[in-house]
Amino acid sequence: MKIAVCLKRVPDTETRIKIGADGRSIDEDGVKFILNPYDEYAVEQALQLKDSAGTGEVTAISLGSSASQETIRTALAMGVDRGILLETDALPLDPVPIGKALAAELGSGDYDLIFFGKVAIDDYSHAVGTIVSELLGIPSVSAVGRLEIADGKGTAEREIEGGVEVVEFSLPAVLTAEKGLNEPRYPALRGIMMAKKKPLEIKPVELEEGGLSVVELSVPPARPAGRIVGEGADAVPALVEALRTEAKVI
Amino acid sequence: MPFHGVDFLGIDSLFNEEELAVRDTVRRWVDDAVMPIIGDRYIAGEFPQELIGQMAELGLFGANLPEKYGCAGLNNVAYGLIMQELERGDSGIRSFASVQGALVMYPIYMFGNEEQKKEWLPKLASGEVVGCFGLTEPDYGSNPAGMITTARETDAGWTLNGTKMWITNGSTAQMAIIWAKTGDLDDPGSIRGFIVPTDAKGFTSKDQKGKISLRASDTSELALEDVCIPRDAVLSESAGIKSPLMCLTQARYGIAWGAVGAAMACYDEALNYAKTRMIFDKPIGSFQLQQLRLADMLTEITKAQLLCVQLGRLKDAGTMRPEQVSLAKRNNVNIATDIAREARRLLGANGILAEYQSMRHMTNLESVYTYEGTHDVHTLILGKAVTGISAFE
Repeated sequence: MKIAVCLKRVPDTETRIKIGADGRSIDEDGVKFILNPYDEYAVEQALQLKDSAGTGEVTAISLGSSASQETIRTALAMGVDRGILLETDALPLDPVPIGKALAAELGSGDYDLIFFGKVAIDDYSHAVGTIVSELLGIPSVSAVGRLEIADGKGTAEREIEGGVEVVEFSLPAVLTAEKGLNEPRYPALRGIMMAKKKPLEIKPVELEEGGLSVVELSVPPARPAGRIVGEGADAVPALVEALRTEAKVI
Repeated sequence: MPFHGVDFLGIDSLFNEEELAVRDTVRRWVDDAVMPIIGDRYIAGEFPQELIGQMAELGLFGANLPEKYGCAGLNNVAYGLIMQELERGDSGIRSFASVQGALVMYPIYMFGNEEQKKEWLPKLASGEVVGCFGLTEPDYGSNPAGMITTARETDAGWTLNGTKMWITNGSTAQMAIIWAKTGDLDDPGSIRGFIVPTDAKGFTSKDQKGKISLRASDTSELALEDVCIPRDAVLSESAGIKSPLMCLTQARYGIAWGAVGAAMACYDEALNYAKTRMIFDKPIGSFQLQQLRLADMLTEITKAQLLCVQLGRLKDAGTMRPEQVSLAKRNNVNIATDIAREARRLLGANGILAEYQSMRHMTNLESVYTYEGTHDVHTLILGKAVTGISAFE
């Protein structure tokens, strides 16, 4: 089985984001970048499928700047066989040109399964995996929480409001990974050393401009201090009143 | 909150991509697997056995030994960074890895024959077998050449007699590297290493009770009473006191790095506390007294980091000398003990709780200060190195 996993380099969730001088991008100075956490589930699932089949190849593909090589190396250290960087200076906000560039690469790869994380934790667009499946004309299942592949078809479970939806699909297909799909492995130290010997192909790409542009970034307003409405049972009516009229949550 | 290390001087730029990836992987594992449990296990006085398999899977044991024996094949700088991160968690965790790698796998790799290497190294790397290192005796700590444990050749092989003390992993181990004299007791040149299964008849281990330091670590006393082992259990290339001392140089190298990790943990905790703990309506970090503490800690950590990097590059180049390791072990453990104590003080009353790390590191580091060559012995090694006059021989 040939499996592709699409990866994105994103700022560490612990990083305190500063807005850049242009007011429309983040200041990357001193920011630690990581493999998008949802993509880790995708990598792990691809590796588990290969391990259980005992054969196959897993390819990691990332679209981004040269620094994304490091992100691909992380996946190679986890056990992915080879990497492809679609190199571009800047990523547009619009997911459509990104989907198009990835689909152009993925379409020629003859993959049985294409994994994405369900969302990248920087722009939260939730869109690229689905766009790629549309462009390739193959089925997609998003936010997969459980997966089984057998006899050329797959069964995926996705959590929906108040229940679980079970979806059957044929291969090839695009799947986006939900948190909890598996427990991603740590890259073993040997894997880290082997990663630099694995093939990583760099292909420059030109992206279309897309229809979205960032007008302005701003940090959320500071949270107002809390207020203690009273103590003990006597305070309950005042609390209910505040929740109803001030917070408007009940 | 995940740990982000200390790097005031851009020291990360001295590491390559793989070295940083190794460090960050171990750092993350320590956050996930060690930090949530270590305080409780320290109080309970037990080594977290369940971590052995995870450490093996990551490839932490004997990580600087070759891949053909099932090891990670890392350079010594990456190996040092592993020790730093492990000791950021706890000196007991780092001690476990130091013993398994530098004191058990290393002597087999250096002094064992090919058969011994093939038999033991993969099992030790995979954690299937835990080893320990028996050199120190009740009356021979700083003077290991004086040991009175003997190995006598018999028709069947070797018979060992003696007592070994302060043996990390001693009650956990399935095998021990035991150092013993094969000749006269006044002949340190007759010291050789032996691979001894701990279930051999006459071999007993006893947990050393009552420790106030390294509580999350197994420290045991070993007794060997007419322990018979086959002829081929001897590490064939081991020859004299120099052999175990070479092992200690390896372990001390890791300790020099490890101490930096413990110091970083304390500094990090103290800094966060100083910024958030309010007194007189302002954070305690706004007082010059605490700023002095933090500035001193940061300065000493930074110097110790640079020592480690240079020592590691020398080791990788094959030019590192044992007295250079003494300098780094002596300095780094010493500053770490000071930093741990100052961090504990900065934390005020909270600092005596196991919920915080500094006092745990503070008590651990007293052992680290004392083992693998006491601070004083390293002082004398340096004294001998610069004057040419030995104070202890």
